[in-house]
Amino acid sequence: MSEQVDVQPNIEQSISNDPMIKLNGVHKWFGDFHVLKDINLTVNRGERIVICGPSGSGKSTLIRCINHLEEHQHGQIFVEGTELTGDLKHVEQIRREVGMVFQQFNLFPHLTILDNLTLAPIWVRKLPKKEAEELAMKYLERVKIPEQANKYPGQLSGGQQQRVAIARSLCMNPKIMLFDEPTSALDPEMIKEVLDAMIELAHEGMTMLCVTHEMGFAKTVANRVIFMDEGQIIEEKEPIEFFNNPQNDRTKLFLSQILAH
Amino acid sequence: MSGKLPYKSIEYFFMSLNGKSIDLLRWMKSNLFSSSLNTLLTIISLWIIYVSVPPFIQWALLDANWVGSSRDDCSREGACWVYIGFWFKQIMYGRYPETEVWRVNVSYILLVGALIPLFISGFKHKGLLTLFLLFVYPIISYFLFIGDSFGLPLVETSLWGGLFLTLVISLVGIVASLPIGIMLALGRRSSMPIVSAISIGFIEIWRGVPLITVLFMSSVMFPLFLPEGMNFDKLIRALVGVMLFSAAYIAEVVRGGLQAVPKGQIEAAEALGMSYWNTMGLIVMPQALKMVIPGIVNSFIALFKDTTLVLTIGLFDLLGTIQIIGTNADWLGFHIEGYVFTAFIFWTFCFGMSRYSMHLEKKLHTGH
Repeated sequence: MSEQVDVQPNIEQSISNDPMIKLNGVHKWFGDFHVLKDINLTVNRGERIVICGPSGSGKSTLIRCINHLEEHQHGQIFVEGTELTGDLKHVEQIRREVGMVFQQFNLFPHLTILDNLTLAPIWVRKLPKKEAEELAMKYLERVKIPEQANKYPGQLSGGQQQRVAIARSLCMNPKIMLFDEPTSALDPEMIKEVLDAMIELAHEGMTMLCVTHEMGFAKTVANRVIFMDEGQIIEEKEPIEFFNNPQNDRTKLFLSQILAH
Repeated sequence: MSGKLPYKSIEYFFMSLNGKSIDLLRWMKSNLFSSSLNTLLTIISLWIIYVSVPPFIQWALLDANWVGSSRDDCSREGACWVYIGFWFKQIMYGRYPETEVWRVNVSYILLVGALIPLFISGFKHKGLLTLFLLFVYPIISYFLFIGDSFGLPLVETSLWGGLFLTLVISLVGIVASLPIGIMLALGRRSSMPIVSAISIGFIEIWRGVPLITVLFMSSVMFPLFLPEGMNFDKLIRALVGVMLFSAAYIAEVVRGGLQAVPKGQIEAAEALGMSYWNTMGLIVMPQALKMVIPGIVNSFIALFKDTTLVLTIGLFDLLGTIQIIGTNADWLGFHIEGYVFTAFIFWTFCFGMSRYSMHLEKKLHTGH
């Protein structure tokens, strides 16, 4: 990855017809609760997808299945051609390629910011400590908080913590980034700094799946918006189409509720 | 109080003193005499302190005999610490041969010498030193204590005793039970049914049996199951018993800490591709152990005091030695001094552990 950030990329060109994630008829149950119903989805290299929907619709579960934090019970999930099964070797291999950012940041509170970033590169990618630290500083600069490197997560604001979490994932050089409501736990004035970091990532051509209710983000960054309800994909469209011309009644209702004010 | 003048004039001095005594009265009124019940409790407490503390100080310090070499030096008006001095070697080392006691002292010096740098912040090789203490030091000490090699004469474990034996049993118990306890705690939470069943079974069996039973089993029952001619040292059997007994308690304390680590921490580590052992060792355990430091130290203090039970299987630790010398015909009637001294030593060690745990908690607090 280059240090330079292209300010005016043509985002559309970076998508290829090269499926990175493929879900075939995926079902999942939590006990009796049918949380994912026959999900079919293909994500191409460089594509940025926003998933939205009411709470309990299964959107978080869907992206958590992609790095096997949740196990699907039926159907197939392929990440870069490798099928996700219970096999731990495959799971760990896929997780190295797939970064994830959580709603609650989930930074490691007993480690400094720098150690948070270098831990996985050192222990999983087996990088030498010095190299891992250089890598970490590079990404901390990219999310604009290199001066916080020696603090502990508890000393940072929510927005800063979430940017550290993004940098921590990037240190593993992932090919795909999953975002699980990355701005939902933030105070309003901190949402923008996190979204900016995500937009920058999008400009660099990262393949992204974002569960979010930030419709502004969806409009400017997404190639596709997916609307889920009750465990199903209800509607799947380009953002302009999605916001201006929703077909399904449930989509219309949802949009009217979140865009009302 | 700022400015140059405050205590310059005597008047001002008395005024401020007066102010302070008024503060004291106010404090007493709100904390000691705020209601009739509190007043009563205060008076009872003061009375208990009055009848117990001054006589004890009188006995233990003011009227006590400190110097001397035989029973004749005891005036019997107060405590006779000559008694402790006379038996000091036995209290410290048991029946360990007097000419070989230096070996124990060398080990003590080695231990203290290696521990001190660990408390100095800024000392660079703490990791190496810890490894030395955990793996090299016990081996050196073992050969020092037991001898029979490197030109040192053999000292049978049956001769070990006194505070020395207490420290051997409790230190081995403490150092060994922590890793065993951690593994049991992880095992109990494992998703593999066999591992978790074995861990639960182990913990519940050891936790459900009194230590004294464990010790009896190890010294009386266990040899019956061994083939003819095969025998383990009595001390080793007791050590294993104490170790496993304590491990079961540590396991439950650690499990409490494991459950308090948020699930998101494990998910974040897993999402970074970290293996189970890396996740547990680098993310979950450090946080869990930090939370349960008070519980772990509590278990260690209990273990330290429980070592006195080895007396029942014929090992003479600090308390056992005190009881033996208490029956010496030349020194009958000094058991109170013996027990007070024993209590003082136990209290010193336990208080030290408690303070150290507070220090650790403060040091490891990273503001979250």
